[in-house]
Amino acid sequence: MIEILEQPRQIFGGLRLAANKAQSLRTPLRSAPLPERLIVPLSQHIGEPAETLVQVGDKVLKGQPIARSLNYISAPVHAPTSGTVTDIGEYAVPHPSGLKATCVVIHADGADRSADTGLKMDDVFCADPADIRQRVREAGIVGLGGAGFPTAVKLNPGRPVELLVINAAECEPYISCDEALMCERTAEVIDGVRIMRHALQAQQVVIGVEDNMPRAVDCLRRGLEAAGERDIRLLAVPTVYPAGGEKQLIYALTGKEIPSQGLPADLGMVCHNVGTAAAVARALLQGEPLISRIVTITGAGVSQPCNLEVRIGTPIADVIASCGGYTEQAAHLLMGGPMMGIPLPNDRMPVIKTSNCLLAASVEEIPPPPAALPCIRCARCTEVCPAYLLPQQLFWYARSRDFDKVQDYNLFDCIECGCCARVCPSHIPLVQYYRFAKTEIWDLERQRTKADLARQRHEFRVERLEREKKALEERRAAAKKGLAARPKSGDAEAKKAEIAAALARVKGKKTQPATVSAMRGSADSEQGPGSDTGSDSR
Amino acid sequence: MLTAIIALGTLAAVFGLLLGYSAIRFRVEGDPIVERIDALLPQTQCGQCGFAGCRPYAEAIAGGEADINQCPPGGDAGIQALAELLGVEPKPLNAEHGEHTELRLAVIDEQTCIGCTLCIQACPVDAILGAAKQMHTVIASECTGCDLCVAPCPVDCIHMLAPGQVIATWKWPYPGSEQRLTAGDSA
Amino acid sequence: MDFPTQSSPYLPVDNGVGRLMARVSVALLPGALCLFWFFGWGVVFNLLISTLTALGAEALMLLLRRRPVKASLLDGSALLTGLLLALTLPPLAPWWLPMLGAGFAIVVAKHLYGGLGYNPFNPAMVGFVVLIISFPLQMTLWPPPQGLQHDYALHFGDTLQLVFGGTLPEGRALDSLTMATPLDNAKTQFGLDYTWSEITATPLFGRFGGYGWEWINLAYLAGGLWLWRKRAIQWQIPTGMLGALFTIALLFFIADSDSFGSPLFHLFSGATMLGAFFIATDPVSAATTPRGRLYYGAGIGVLTYAIRTWGGYPDAIAFSVLLMNMAAPTIDYYTQPRVFGHPDK
Repeated sequence: MIEILEQPRQIFGGLRLAANKAQSLRTPLRSAPLPERLIVPLSQHIGEPAETLVQVGDKVLKGQPIARSLNYISAPVHAPTSGTVTDIGEYAVPHPSGLKATCVVIHADGADRSADTGLKMDDVFCADPADIRQRVREAGIVGLGGAGFPTAVKLNPGRPVELLVINAAECEPYISCDEALMCERTAEVIDGVRIMRHALQAQQVVIGVEDNMPRAVDCLRRGLEAAGERDIRLLAVPTVYPAGGEKQLIYALTGKEIPSQGLPADLGMVCHNVGTAAAVARALLQGEPLISRIVTITGAGVSQPCNLEVRIGTPIADVIASCGGYTEQAAHLLMGGPMMGIPLPNDRMPVIKTSNCLLAASVEEIPPPPAALPCIRCARCTEVCPAYLLPQQLFWYARSRDFDKVQDYNLFDCIECGCCARVCPSHIPLVQYYRFAKTEIWDLERQRTKADLARQRHEFRVERLEREKKALEERRAAAKKGLAARPKSGDAEAKKAEIAAALARVKGKKTQPATVSAMRGSADSEQGPGSDTGSDSR
Repeated sequence: MLTAIIALGTLAAVFGLLLGYSAIRFRVEGDPIVERIDALLPQTQCGQCGFAGCRPYAEAIAGGEADINQCPPGGDAGIQALAELLGVEPKPLNAEHGEHTELRLAVIDEQTCIGCTLCIQACPVDAILGAAKQMHTVIASECTGCDLCVAPCPVDCIHMLAPGQVIATWKWPYPGSEQRLTAGDSA
Repeated sequence: MDFPTQSSPYLPVDNGVGRLMARVSVALLPGALCLFWFFGWGVVFNLLISTLTALGAEALMLLLRRRPVKASLLDGSALLTGLLLALTLPPLAPWWLPMLGAGFAIVVAKHLYGGLGYNPFNPAMVGFVVLIISFPLQMTLWPPPQGLQHDYALHFGDTLQLVFGGTLPEGRALDSLTMATPLDNAKTQFGLDYTWSEITATPLFGRFGGYGWEWINLAYLAGGLWLWRKRAIQWQIPTGMLGALFTIALLFFIADSDSFGSPLFHLFSGATMLGAFFIATDPVSAATTPRGRLYYGAGIGVLTYAIRTWGGYPDAIAFSVLLMNMAAPTIDYYTQPRVFGHPDK
């Protein structure tokens, strides 16, 4: 039995950061206008990219699948509005690499006509959990908190689930999309949580909120009362960044640590983002797949900071334009928050399923990083690391590319929250060092796998060549033997055979079948028995 | 004098026995050295080292017939790993055997290919698909970039190309190695 | 619209090496003022010579090593090394003593090992140890603390002459101008089989830590606590060191209160507080894990007591710190914290 703490714990380490959420919560949640053109990437989630189902020129309806998932860990993609597919090609997507990926470009027809998705369920709470999972999968729902892991997979942990944790902590500064959702679409959130509870057959549910969003707590509490729901607990955890990390939140709520390299399911828990829950409700109760999401648009670089419901695939420039455009101060553009967000080189990229925030920041908000000095081993980073790592040691070994040592110091337990880099008096870009080391290690693993494959294939080839050579030699030897054995056995016999053949030929002119068999016989004898042995041995 | 000799002799015998015992008792069971060298080689099977493949080269290193700096695809990192394994000083790559280049994959220009199968016979890892008078193609995930198929092609339709960067295999740059973080000035 | 990109996190920094060093330097002020009050102008000369030499040597080494001079000078680490060394030197030391010590600290102990962040030993303490081994006589030139003797006190001019010219004021011998520190005195008297109560009967021993010294140590303690409040240092090293020193001193004092100094005396005499909050906490050469820092501090405390009591030198902060510097990598290795989600070790 997992005990939910009466008094949530404070996580180890972490930082107290200025929230900066108020500016985007001043205006109520509204929908962004439909853009003319939408760029929908096929890979907006963790796992294999989806495979296109449409061709250039096709007319699509809102909610119609335009790409399907072929793997278990993958998610389909749907047309965010009705229109025409005008291109399927490589476009820049929000990713730190700035690389391009395959996208479907749709020109909206403005009618926004919906397709019948068949996702809607009449009686969700009596439905078979497997059926719910299947529909969640078909709806293309992925974790909306930022990681984008396919939700259907997380609804099927393969073992009994005792506790469903709904992550509504939203610990990163500036981001307020979950708070806006909880305040303005309370009923949808609660429906989603209940559907998830039913799908997981979870015994307990707890929603974890940070204690600096009393309005959201209020809304949820009233919503739960209105729904007559007594079994969903609502707990406010102390506001410390990164209390909204999955492992951190579970620790704060239950006092339990998810094992390193493990999943919450190992402890009988599953953790879903609150936005994901709402998306599930929308898909199963209204039949709308994941084609839009709430995005916080904020920062001193944008005229009217707000929360908008944006269609997936809307170019960021259009989203900013519907918030009054940039201000003079706009100097940086991030997708996500100021601690873990992805830097965007331009605003032509689309909003994707995991875009929780667009932060157009001023130079004051994001100043250029000061030059890095040598590490003085002050261990401020150790004090703030929520994973109890020794960031200075990780840095030391990552910098010298000692990838074995850096793993000995548990690099892969790093959640890249950025607390260490924020407090570093030497201004060392620590997180980038860790990311560098992680991607290098993954690359080495790929290389090793590839080398193993090459070794195996080379060995097969060598073996095959060897075998073929041996077979050839045997064949030759046999042929020689055959030649040596045959003709010298006696001229008389050979002559007899020749005469017989000649006779047969004469006869053959009279009866066709006889000729054929005779000729075949002679042909065989000419080729010699060697070739037969050869082909047998093959 | 005599006592000293006896004492020292006894000590020597005791320690000798101890050492001998621990050598047997705590013997490190490991892969044969050839396997361990082979595991460090990149398995390109390109033959640039002067041997017929990675394993023969590994055998030659183990046998003391070849130096550790003859593998261009392995590069300095490979030499470093070999030096560490064998407990010798790393040395720069022997330029006689070629230069280290980033991995490049063979790509067959399918318009030009005449289907002669020569490249198929040259490929050390059977990574080329095709049959006589049929167009050939390279299985990119299995190509080791060994270059061996380039020379036999009678119509020069095989090119070694750097694989395009994709998001799934993109690596974060070493901090400070670039002014800009991202690779892209994209669309 | 296009934007420049950089790696996360992006929030403006609120911390810096320069600021850290500046805070530590500021926190030294109360202690330095006390030292000046009790020991006169020689303290100021030491501070000036030592810091100027340290900064000069730093600039020179940075030039030789082709590193950016201005940025590194402004990080304040060389200044701090100079300050720390100066505060441990006897106020009547000839001018070349702090110069030599600071020069050695910066050139050899810091830059030959790779500069800021790479030195395994605390540079100021290396400088101090070189001086005390090479020039034991000059390292004892402590004047009597102000107010202890009423007959004669060195003034600015006299001190200037003595430090820079080596000439004594008329009619005075060097011996009459200097006086053993309480730690030194206690060591000698114990050697002569006096009991602790007999030794401390003289005014030199003040209330509990030696006349003047107790105030100096209290001032350093105040500065150190301020540093801890400002998160410039962490609590583990001072706690470990003072705790261990106090505990071991208390044990011996309880066992035999005649032949061992009192725990309070050990805490508030000599360079104890300076060492605990300012020297042992030098992050570069100290242990870095939370538990490791506790052990590291405790090691310094125990060694300090051992050397003070049984060793050849009256005070022992420098030797203890250097010895524990050597042990720091090993301590770090064996005190790695349990990582989140890993089983208990």
